[in-house]
Amino acid sequence: MAAEQKRVAMTGNEAVAHGMRQIDPDVVAAYPITPQTDIVQFFASFVSNGQVKTELATVESEHSAMSATVGASMAGARAMTATSSQGLALMWEILHITSSYRAPIVMPVVNRALSGPINIHCDHSDTMGSLTTGWIQIYAESAQEAYDNLIQAVRIAEHPDVLLPVMVCQDGFITSHGIENLNLLPDEVVKEFVGEYKPEHYLLNLENPITVGPLALQDSYTEVKYQQAKAMENAKQVILDIAAEYEKISGRKYGLFEAYKMEDAERAIVVLSSTAGTAKAVVDNLRAKGEKVGLLKPRVLRPFPAKELVDALSSVQAIAIMDRAETFSTAGGQLFVEIRSAFYESDKRPLMKNYIFGLGGRDTTTREISRVYADLAAALEKGRVDELITHLDVRE
Amino acid sequence: MATLKELSRVPEVLAPGHRMCAGCGAPIVVRQVLRGAKAPVVVANATGCLEVSTTIYPYTSWNSPFIHVAFENASASLSGVEAAYQSFKRQGKITDEIKFVAFGGDGGTYDIGLQSLSGAMERGHDMVYVCYDNGAYMNTGIQRSSATPMGADTTTTPVGSEMPGKPHKRKNLTKIMMAHEIPYVAQVSPSHWNDLYQKAEKAFAVKGPAFINALAPCPRGWRHDAADTIQMTKLAVDTCFWPLFEVVDGKVRVTYKPRNKKPVVEFLKAQGRFRHLFRPGNEGIIEQIQAEVDREWEELLALERLGQEQAAE
Repeated sequence: MAAEQKRVAMTGNEAVAHGMRQIDPDVVAAYPITPQTDIVQFFASFVSNGQVKTELATVESEHSAMSATVGASMAGARAMTATSSQGLALMWEILHITSSYRAPIVMPVVNRALSGPINIHCDHSDTMGSLTTGWIQIYAESAQEAYDNLIQAVRIAEHPDVLLPVMVCQDGFITSHGIENLNLLPDEVVKEFVGEYKPEHYLLNLENPITVGPLALQDSYTEVKYQQAKAMENAKQVILDIAAEYEKISGRKYGLFEAYKMEDAERAIVVLSSTAGTAKAVVDNLRAKGEKVGLLKPRVLRPFPAKELVDALSSVQAIAIMDRAETFSTAGGQLFVEIRSAFYESDKRPLMKNYIFGLGGRDTTTREISRVYADLAAALEKGRVDELITHLDVRE
Repeated sequence: MATLKELSRVPEVLAPGHRMCAGCGAPIVVRQVLRGAKAPVVVANATGCLEVSTTIYPYTSWNSPFIHVAFENASASLSGVEAAYQSFKRQGKITDEIKFVAFGGDGGTYDIGLQSLSGAMERGHDMVYVCYDNGAYMNTGIQRSSATPMGADTTTTPVGSEMPGKPHKRKNLTKIMMAHEIPYVAQVSPSHWNDLYQKAEKAFAVKGPAFINALAPCPRGWRHDAADTIQMTKLAVDTCFWPLFEVVDGKVRVTYKPRNKKPVVEFLKAQGRFRHLFRPGNEGIIEQIQAEVDREWEELLALERLGQEQAAE
């Protein structure tokens, strides 16, 4: 039975900070960056007021934030940090090391465009740039989802079949600074759900001294990477199992993605995070006019649920995949190329079109989303896609 | 004061059989420093010779817990380990007394790791950072670092028809660490093993961060016989190229003053990396190096006097 929950009005950042308070990690090491900053600010006040047992290391850069978090995690601590954009980019070197050391670190990431030009607003160029780092990535549409994902992420990361770090992503400013109504679980329910972290091997265990981070050359590096890939494969089922457990305490259901009005949809948009909320409004609007449209919002990008996404999209005739990051491949955004590639194994060949949108916080409203559904209708009528990649709402 | 016999009975943290070169100063420094810990240690290491030669998977030379994360972040990584320790202690999950020590070469300390080191020291983590300074990026093949002495021949400051080795003087890292006003800062040399041991003991004993800069010759890079390593460090100390001192609560104490300060050429001529300085036309460089050594030595003595005067007031 779901626990009785407190209805609160909070920003995404505040909700995540409260999630961190409830998780009560042993160590947090962090550095300020817009729009993540107030997660750590809120959390620092919990430390100052003795509401958590956490040792807070206010380090001198994100590179050191990730390094200290890895150090703490290998020492046996439940360790967290949080970042955005340039901060994530500065961590990049250590992101790979974190996952290869199998450090189950949970990191809220507040998505923000990467420089340059410098820009503080939302797009997904930061986390898209770290898809190959061996981290699990979970995206949230709302503050509620960011909070729920954070709490589940602890269990996913620390699961013995997984032992991988997790990024819990929400959209900068749109979600991180927008106030919404959400439900917080009681502290003791979260405490019980996440349990105590008990690593098998850790540095501070003097009985069994370990060497962390040895040099692994041609004879063992491949095996380390293979084990990471297997763990990432295992994560898919673990994510679903933890979601089922979480549903029991929260009443909220999570999967690898959310399918919205997809049952009989002929046209669909695939889009991450907050824009999915806007798209749902458009779907409702068009459905009221009798148009068969739907929306698919991926929640988990690593591991990539290729087969599940194809199954969910197979009955659709035309799909618009919307990427909130430019990759400069000139062959489509990250989400587009991965979903399109996943369809290679399918005998279904829906029309597929890519939109690059919302860069550097460019507003994407119901008007733009409506245009995308209209484009799909036109493509269906013609039986083909004329322009494979469209930069939405761009001045040429 | 300890006797060599006593020190030889302290259990080794760094086991024999590692793959450091014969005559390398780094493992000597590590073994001498760790004798001063007097408690179990967790060792962190920056990427470098020491790390790649002591932890080739599936082997390890470390009898203590050991962590290496990357090149520039030994201080930050260890500060995370220490933070976990403080958290566990507060929660009553750990009662053991554990010491924390990071080792980094001059590349990983003077250059790429300086920010991480500065941050960890400022935050007051209870840890000792030891730089083993061999004066260049020896692991990648003798490239110049900001610790490389002026005039040295390295693979990125090669002696050529127009360039007589490294044109810049070395950075004074120990002075930078003094400016952090941490509880303990010292400069040591393996030649003066008892001085080194006592300083290590103090560094581990203080509450909060301590920094030790240790001269650690690299026979490959310095171009001297592997058997002459300790002799090189002795010459460095006796010429005041590498003064031995400590700084406690801002007060400098020079722990060894050579009775007869030798000219710096004694140190330079013993090493192949300075051979070209003795060719006609390069006399000015040697004079410059000597002037720099003299200036730094006099300044150090003046700082020591200043501390004594303040104490007397």
